[in-house]
Amino acid sequence: MAVVERKTIGDRAFNTVNIAILAVLSLVFVYPMWHCLMASFSEPTSLIGLKGLLWKPNGFSLAGYKTVLQNKNIYIGYGNTLFYVVVGTVVNMVLTILGGYCISRRGSMLMRPLTLLIVFTMYVDFGLVPSFLNIRDLSLYNSRWALILPGAISTYNMIVLRTAIYAVPRSLEESAEIDGASDWTIMWRILIPCIKATLAVIALGYVVGHWNSWFGASIYLRDRTKFPLQLFLQEILIANSQSAAAGEGSSVDGFLYMDELLKYCTIVISTVPILCAYPFVQKYFVSGMMLGSVKG
Amino acid sequence: MQMNNAQALLTRKKKQSLGQRLIREFVKYKWVYVLMIPVLAYYILFKYLPMTKMVIAFQDFNIFRGIEGSKWVGLDNFIKFFQLKDCWRIIRNTLLLNLWSILFAFPAPIVFALMLNEVQYKRTKKVMQTVSYMPHFISMVVVCGLIRNFCSSDGVINTIVSFFNPAWNSPNLLDRSELYRTIHIASGVWQNIGWDSIIYLATLSGIDPQLYEAAYIDGASRMKRIIHVTLPGLTPIIIVKLIMRLGNIFDVAREKILLLYNPLTYETADTISTYMYRYGLLESNYSMGAAVGVFNTIISITILVTVNTFFRRFTEESLW
Repeated sequence: MAVVERKTIGDRAFNTVNIAILAVLSLVFVYPMWHCLMASFSEPTSLIGLKGLLWKPNGFSLAGYKTVLQNKNIYIGYGNTLFYVVVGTVVNMVLTILGGYCISRRGSMLMRPLTLLIVFTMYVDFGLVPSFLNIRDLSLYNSRWALILPGAISTYNMIVLRTAIYAVPRSLEESAEIDGASDWTIMWRILIPCIKATLAVIALGYVVGHWNSWFGASIYLRDRTKFPLQLFLQEILIANSQSAAAGEGSSVDGFLYMDELLKYCTIVISTVPILCAYPFVQKYFVSGMMLGSVKG
Repeated sequence: MQMNNAQALLTRKKKQSLGQRLIREFVKYKWVYVLMIPVLAYYILFKYLPMTKMVIAFQDFNIFRGIEGSKWVGLDNFIKFFQLKDCWRIIRNTLLLNLWSILFAFPAPIVFALMLNEVQYKRTKKVMQTVSYMPHFISMVVVCGLIRNFCSSDGVINTIVSFFNPAWNSPNLLDRSELYRTIHIASGVWQNIGWDSIIYLATLSGIDPQLYEAAYIDGASRMKRIIHVTLPGLTPIIIVKLIMRLGNIFDVAREKILLLYNPLTYETADTISTYMYRYGLLESNYSMGAAVGVFNTIISITILVTVNTFFRRFTEESLW
């Protein structure tokens, strides 16, 4: 704030309380991941009856990671997830940029009605069953494409992109047009360099979306060889503990607690890559998202 | 400038017939339309084609006979849906989960942004912001795995509670239906408060510093400045966000519920979309599932239009 002010006691108290609350909140944001990380390096047996907070590993052991890295499902899942992330994001970006460019052509008389028809699909969606039947009828059931094509364009992102293109000075495009640039050139040489921040945020969103998705895979895929990592993770973390919930507290055997350790290790292995990615894109968050606030 | 150009073009175009204009359009924008083909193909194949499948809501759909071969039954599926004993429970749960979320999860990022905005040390602010985004990038499966772990009978939450209250018997919190909404919404706030606050923080950084100076000179205290300068600066974006949120009042985080609920908590956790998944898809009651989907869409759109009309009437902000 630009105000140069004399600090009163009230001001100081305000600052202290404010920062204290925020510090506690920051701790709350980080703690669950820290807990996992520390637990994943702990001795398997030390997690038996472990209660409360965990600030450092309980004994040190890599036993959990050794076991997890012998699990074939993890490799299958990782490979598939990489495929879905790379191919899926490329398809997403190409189609979203094409769509965003086309619906941003102001002079064209048909683009406005087309845009309305596109925005319409954001609000009218009859749910799971029709989509499922559609995938079946397109013979995409149990195909890897069933995870890539149905979400190929996020309409919201496309509208954000259009808004970003609108924000580029019109004269840039016009001068390129006069110089005889084609649509393709205008898009790649003029517009895309101008809207890099928005593109970065949109791309990150698609990457994270593919990396984290499991639901589509759980309804559209049957072959375990095509499962993404998150679906295996769902089996390990959720399905398993649901069956264990039946006899909770009744059995205290070693395997069950090795199981607990394995859960932590799998969480770390599957989450660290994506957490490493976002700080690089972070500088674009604000400028990229600001444009998203403008209404469609 | 632009408007003038457009108007000039428009008056010129009026003299031509529709056919001529279309030909001009396609000649001038031929490459735009070529580039548009894959995009239109996507919308037709994956958005409009599924919409046509909703006709099975009015059929006794048999997957082997297909839509052509199945019997038409009119509104029977809708009537059956409203006669289900679970019907009102899932509608109530959907609405309540959203209502609580609007009451608690919607203002949270605004308050968080206001608090961060008052931090005068740039570094501290930056670190706290970065940290607050982190949970947004963790997958729903992992988040729910963590929630299950933390809420289990010897999990972190129970340990803390029994520290303050030794008589506490440490139940598995996710088996208690009366706690489901709290857990669902609190974890949602944890996951999204940082990310959702970005938009508010960005808006705040655009407020004219002179306003603060003027308020300061006029003797406004810190709190007064927050209430009379900062908040009004946020109002437009808050309203737009609120309309969008209210328009989604029939949507719930289906995946999260599927990962967290169990038959013990159906009483509060089972919602329209999870029911549609369990009953319509898993148990192959396709017609019924589609009927629920159609009902859901009609209600959602009605609410969105109503809310938007309301805000357009009484404030200056609206979605359209």
